[in-house]
This record gives sequence, C-alpha cells and structure tokens, in this order.
Amino acid sequence: MTETWTPDQPIISIKDVHKSFGDLEVLKGVSFDVMKGEVICIIGPSGSGKSTLIRCINALNDIQSGSIKVEGQEVNAPNLDKLALRKKVGMVFQQYNLFPHKTALENVMMAPLLVLKQNPDEVEKRARELIRKVRLEGKENSYPGELSGGQQQRVAIARSLAMNPDVMLFDEVTAALDPETVKEVLVTIKDLAAEGMTCILVTHEMGFAREIADHIYFTDRGVIVEHGPPATFFKKAKDPRTREFLSQIL
Amino acid sequence: MTRRTAIPGLDAPARTDLAVLKPFNATAAGKADDLGFARFVANLPWWLPAGLAFAFMMWPAIAYAQSVDYTIGDAFTALVRWLPFLVFQGFAFNILISVVTMALGTITGVVLGLMQISPNPAISRPAWLITQTFRNSPWLVLLFIVMLAFPFQINLGFAVIPIPDWMKAVFGLALPIMANISEVVRGAINSVPNGQWEAAESLAYSRQQTLWRIILPQCIKRMIPPWMNWYAILTMATPLVSLLGVEEIVTLSRQAMAAENGRPELLVPFYGFCLVIFFVYCYPIARWTIALERKYAVKL
Repeated sequence: MTETWTPDQPIISIKDVHKSFGDLEVLKGVSFDVMKGEVICIIGPSGSGKSTLIRCINALNDIQSGSIKVEGQEVNAPNLDKLALRKKVGMVFQQYNLFPHKTALENVMMAPLLVLKQNPDEVEKRARELIRKVRLEGKENSYPGELSGGQQQRVAIARSLAMNPDVMLFDEVTAALDPETVKEVLVTIKDLAAEGMTCILVTHEMGFAREIADHIYFTDRGVIVEHGPPATFFKKAKDPRTREFLSQIL
Repeated sequence: MTRRTAIPGLDAPARTDLAVLKPFNATAAGKADDLGFARFVANLPWWLPAGLAFAFMMWPAIAYAQSVDYTIGDAFTALVRWLPFLVFQGFAFNILISVVTMALGTITGVVLGLMQISPNPAISRPAWLITQTFRNSPWLVLLFIVMLAFPFQINLGFAVIPIPDWMKAVFGLALPIMANISEVVRGAINSVPNGQWEAAESLAYSRQQTLWRIILPQCIKRMIPPWMNWYAILTMATPLVSLLGVEEIVTLSRQAMAAENGRPELLVPFYGFCLVIFFVYCYPIARWTIALERKYAVKL
C-alpha cells in the first residue's frame, strides 16, 4: 500500500474525508495537505469536527470514505499497519491521559522500551533529555497525580516525542488547563515547532495560533470554510461564518 | 403517581438541545452494590455472636423448662464435648472447600472476564453467555447438577482417578464464583477511563501490551474488595454441600446430635454454634474488605 514517499510531497494528505457517528455526519468532505515542517492550526466552533479530524489521522477514529495519507501510507485501508502509522504520528490529548501508576520518567520510557524494544540505557538517557526539554528537571520520579495539569501535559508531550514521531497531533491540549499553566505548555509546543517538527494543532488559543501557525484552517459543521496564512486569515477573512466566529472570540 | 403530561427529567427522559454534562458515576447506572454482603456483615456489631449465644441459651431454657431428665445445661455440655471435632474436622473442611473453590473460581473467572472484554465477538459473546448463565443460576441447582452428572471416578486406562464428593462440591460452587469474578474483572477493566486505552494506542502499544501493562495494573486494586466480598459469600454458602453428604460442619453437627440420641434440646446450641463460628470467621474479612474499599476508592 505504501507508495514511495519523498519529503517534497505532503507528509499528510487528506482528500474528501467523510466521517459519521451513526446518523450524525461530522466530517463532510474535508481535504488539505501538510508539508514537512509545517505548523497547522485548526480552529472552529465546538462540534465542528476538529478533534474528530485529527483523531482520524492516526486511526483512533475510522472514516467512511475519502483518503488520508501519512508519508504515503493510506490510513483508510483495511490492512492498515496501525503500529507503523502510530510510530510516525504522535498525539497529545486534552486530558493528558498519563499512566497514573507510572512516574513521569517511566511514562516517557515505557513505549520505546515495550514497543520499539530499544536499549534501556539509551532510552533512559533520551527520556531524561526530553524531560529537560519540556522543562521538568527534578520531576522525573513524580507520579502524574503529584503534578499540575500543565506539568502533566508537558510530560505527555515528552512521552509522545520519545517515540521519535515525524508528525505531532495536539488535540486541544490547553483546554483543560488553568490559565497560568497554559503558557508553559504553549512555550513547549513553540520550541518544538521552531525545531522543525510537523505539528497539527486543534486549538482555541487564537493568539497562539496566529503566532505559531504557518497555515490556519477554519472548520464549521464538518467542512473547511476558509483557510490561509495567519496574517491574511485574521485580517481579511472573507466568509461570514469565519468573521462571525472571529468576532466572538477575538 | 401518574400525570396527564409527563414532565421531562421527572417522569420522562430529559430532553434538551443544550450540551449536558452527565454526572460521573463510579458504578454504572442500575448496577447493584458489589460489596453489599461485606457491607452488611461489617456493619453488624462485634458483640452480636455473644448476644446470639446468650439468646440461644435463654430461649430453649424457657421452651423446654418442663423436661427434667435432660436440661439445657446437658445440651451445652454435649456441645463442649463435640466442639473440637466440629471445629477441626467440620469447620476446617468448610474453610478448605472455600479456599480451593475460590482459587479455582478466581483462575477461571479471570480468564472468562478477560474473554468478555475481547474485541472479537466470537470470544466475548460466549464468555458473556457463560457468565450470565452461572451468575443467575441457583447455587444449589448447580451443585446438584455437578454432583449427579460428574463421574465418581475417571478411568484413564492406566490409572483410575477417584473424584470424591467434596471435590465435586468444589466444582459445583466454583461455577457461580467463576461467573461473578468474571463480572468483577470486566467491571474493573471498564472502570479505567477510555483515554488510557487511546493514549496507549496512539503510542503504538498492542492491545495485549495495553491490557497487561497499562490497564490491569491500574484496576487490580479495585478488584480486591469485591473479590473478598465474594469469598465471604462463598464461605457462608459452603454448608450447602452438607445436602450432598460432604462431611463439613453442618453434616458433622447432625451426626453429633444423632450420637447424642437426637434430643431436640441439642438443636439450638449446635446450629447456633455454626452460626457463631461463621460470623467469627467472616466478620474480620468483611471489615477488612470495607477498609480496603475505602482506601482504594480515594485514589483514581
């Protein structure tokens, strides 16, 4: 199934994706491409299918029709190698979903050890580096229950990075946080973007989206209404729905 | 009470266009308290056995006051004489049956519970059916079926393995225990938030790895209180096997009373003693169960 993929092609290519939960059609033909190293922000009102869309990219949700390709690998294929896909695509959730019975360090180390079967010493070394990178030195042996929401979310980012993904998906990662801790998580994501990581974010942080995104997509009722680079998107939105949304939020 | 027009949320299901955040329930709606028995026993006062013993002494003393040749004092003397026999031959056997049954029921129940959560319906449906069948069958009927349908020995050609009655009783009692432990396992696994499965999935864990490394370590503590609850229930149910002639405490009590010429004055002291000894054994288990449940309930 996997065609040869070269870095000059889109790392993620989404074409006419339809997705329903029962009778409720959540995605009604969504298409876009993401190039390697790009940072994409998806914004839009609640229930517009943003989260569903990025969950489809790493096959947490299946789709009814259309095509999602990650590095040339078709996600909407019956014989999809889910493990291979998920090694390429990292995901961070709104509710952190850290493993509560493991320390921060163990949370980061577990997947490379169990799934990638890498050398324990190297994994630990890299895990400590990642924890330093998300600015949590000294919290290696804390359990998730002992960390604040923002700290947990940064551990979750480190845990995802430990798998060396090519793409990172962020599903409203600051929505459950206290306003004071939102910033520390956003800084971490900004660092990551600056290093050239391909990122797709679903977010309600408009200021952040404007600052970080290469391209912004506005979704409403299952379709992409409008998109563009932040400079034009925020200043010269054409569609009335976009304008209404932006006027409410900004 | 009926109204002409149903009020949504009161007589009829609530309907709204607004997003509604449902209240979080640790136990699913309509699910019975899985620690009901332990809770009941643990809430009984500790002096209850002494109180019961006192009542047993007083009641027959009045009821049989007219008989002069055999007093209630003689009946208690007989009980004291038989006591070591009843405890070390009889009750010890009840404990043995309960422990072996629990071990067998737990092993098979865990397997069945894991089968119930399998994504493959060819595995989960039969496991569900077996669980529901044995969970909802009368224990005594299951005991009789096993007792009568099981061979008393198995001939392997080169060797004959005898199956004593008490072993058949163990099989019979293990069936409902298996089914209930299966539900305990399924319930505990389902109590782990779905986000844990998704997080592990997105990190490329296989289902097996997720189950054994992420999910089960989190919910094993939550299985312990209901598991102990079922052990206490099982121990209380072991006298059922006396109906099948297994020589446990009730069977031996009857034999002892027969040896004492079957005097009616013996009934209350002997059966009363059974009641007290079961209480003395199960009460600490019930208290411990509730204590553990409180301890584990706080941490999620």
